[in-house]
Amino acid sequence: MAERTDNLDAPLLAPIERTGPGFYWSVGALSVLVLWGAVAYWSQFSEGLGVTGLHQPVSWGFYVTNFVFFIGISHAGTLISAILRLSKAEWRRPITRMAEVITVMVLFIGAGQILVDLGRPDRMLNVIRYGRYQSPLLWDATSISAYLTASIVYLYLPMIPDIAILRDRLAKRKLLYTVLALGWTGSERQQRVLNRAIAIMAVLVIPIAVSVHTVVSFVFSMTLQPMWHSTIFGPYFVVGAIFSGIAALIVAMIAFRRAYRLQGYLKPIHFRYLGQLLLVMSLLWFYFTFAEYLTGYYGSEPEEMKVFWAKFSGPFWPLFWGMALTNFVIPVLTLARLGRHTVGKVLIASLSVLVGMWLERFIIVVPTLSNPRLPFGEGIYGPTWVEWGEMAGSFALFALFYLLFTKLFPVISIWEIREGRDVGLREVEERLLTYLPETGEPPVATTERGH
Amino acid sequence: MALWGMVIDLDRCTGCQACVMACKAENNVPAVGAKEAARGRIISWMQVLTEEDEEHPGEKMRFLPRPCLQCDDPPCTKVCPVYATYRNPEGIVAQIYARCIGCRFCMAACPYNAKYFNWHRYQKDAPGQNPDVSIRPKGVVEKCTFCHHRLQKARDRALAEKRELLPGEYMPACAEACPARAIVFGDLSDPGSEVARLARSPRAFRLQEELGTKPKVVYLTEGEGRG
Repeated sequence: MAERTDNLDAPLLAPIERTGPGFYWSVGALSVLVLWGAVAYWSQFSEGLGVTGLHQPVSWGFYVTNFVFFIGISHAGTLISAILRLSKAEWRRPITRMAEVITVMVLFIGAGQILVDLGRPDRMLNVIRYGRYQSPLLWDATSISAYLTASIVYLYLPMIPDIAILRDRLAKRKLLYTVLALGWTGSERQQRVLNRAIAIMAVLVIPIAVSVHTVVSFVFSMTLQPMWHSTIFGPYFVVGAIFSGIAALIVAMIAFRRAYRLQGYLKPIHFRYLGQLLLVMSLLWFYFTFAEYLTGYYGSEPEEMKVFWAKFSGPFWPLFWGMALTNFVIPVLTLARLGRHTVGKVLIASLSVLVGMWLERFIIVVPTLSNPRLPFGEGIYGPTWVEWGEMAGSFALFALFYLLFTKLFPVISIWEIREGRDVGLREVEERLLTYLPETGEPPVATTERGH
Repeated sequence: MALWGMVIDLDRCTGCQACVMACKAENNVPAVGAKEAARGRIISWMQVLTEEDEEHPGEKMRFLPRPCLQCDDPPCTKVCPVYATYRNPEGIVAQIYARCIGCRFCMAACPYNAKYFNWHRYQKDAPGQNPDVSIRPKGVVEKCTFCHHRLQKARDRALAEKRELLPGEYMPACAEACPARAIVFGDLSDPGSEVARLARSPRAFRLQEELGTKPKVVYLTEGEGRG
């Protein structure tokens, strides 16, 4: 019996057991980009932030944009997976692991952006030694480290039974798997404790995730600057974060589905559900954006309007309208009907949203800074090769981390798929019956349930 | 305790930039070079902003000398994560160069753009520097301090001579250098001082007063041609 199910889910173990040339090519390509980023950072570290395009008054640019963007992506994971788990959505089973891995990997990259942005990275520990809790940056540090810790635990817990499978099946990396499996045997008690722990973490992780992007938005909204000082920023950033997170998750799913031939696990129905979720988030994002800009426009304070017009028709217009196109028009057009070519349509929408949400972060950070209140003239910001290199390196490092993870651990949860077959099916039927009115006749599937 | 403040009479300002140069010489503010200047990296603790006069377009420029306004409720100190910038008991907003981590949050938060960043190591240990003002390394924020070192010196002198600090004994370089006497400096908490008297003038206004930052640099609006 065990042998049969093992072979049934062989595609999930295949990437760990065998490695093809595609893997080495990918690692090579990503390493080149990471190297470019490292060279860029080294030049900045030795010469100062002057090698970037930053100046007076645009003192924040790509790095802060990337920080907000990457931290936003992290909401893919944990939040989506936690919500799907808690709402007992059965289609979550092949998705949750991929989502959780994104969160953990991208949080490292996102937090790293702030370190890259510092003028004095050597004094980074001052934040702990002389930390000043009145500063939103400290709120960020607290919230993000809590989220990182919780996400690692939340990723690790559901991995334990899978690591035990690897320990029993694979000949290589015995020590690693044995240690990480924590002596898992799959006994009923262990199963009960594990399910309990996962449920607790799922509940815990949701408020932490919401707090993370709320305090990221507070970095901007706590200042008095035009088009930053807005009460809507907390929820606006959280919505944008979930929006970009789902898009990143879909792209990762499609990439690994192709690379590891997981078509049997990640079916069009999964993409259809996620696509519908993405569509809802796109509409919600539009609603928030509309509310935010209309409030600014209608009040038309001169300082606000300077920034407003810089975005609408000034130097930032291609980025602003590009954002509207990629975050709203393209997703709505592609996702409205998902009957046919589901995967392709969802992929186009997701790639478009990833571009759009990066533009959105940029269009929030830079135009406000480039339009000072006093008559200084407009500051025009253009990134240098250092900033492009750092950005390419960051994306590549994220992809590389993800790729290496899939070589060590199954990217789809094996035991949760099995649980779906063995327990889920019956459970769903039972649950469904409890929703329906009692007909008096005995239900088709007679199952004894005590109250 | 004194509350140091400044009144700048815009009717007297000729836009000559003597205050700007005096400030740079006094505080070892580095010349960043033409290339960096073109990239928008000039450091100028005191800066004369120019604006076309809406009532006389094409004929008249308005000048607005802008040091750090030394807000009593400074938006920059609120956001600093490491106490590298703070308002001292005499109302001067200070910057600790040795502690600043260079996150530039204070620059983003200042509504007057009065904070400047060392994008490279601009300052060299060259002869002719003022020994009373510390050299700034690369990667930290710097700002106008109302020539705070002059206050320390004046106070030391008064202490050595066993007397109180005299009015006018402490004055920043910009106020001292202004040939038109447009900049008046002194103790705002002393109602009899010239600076306090001028600050009560009906011509007095503060920059972006509506933000509630309570600047201690007060401007006297131009009288001519304005009702």
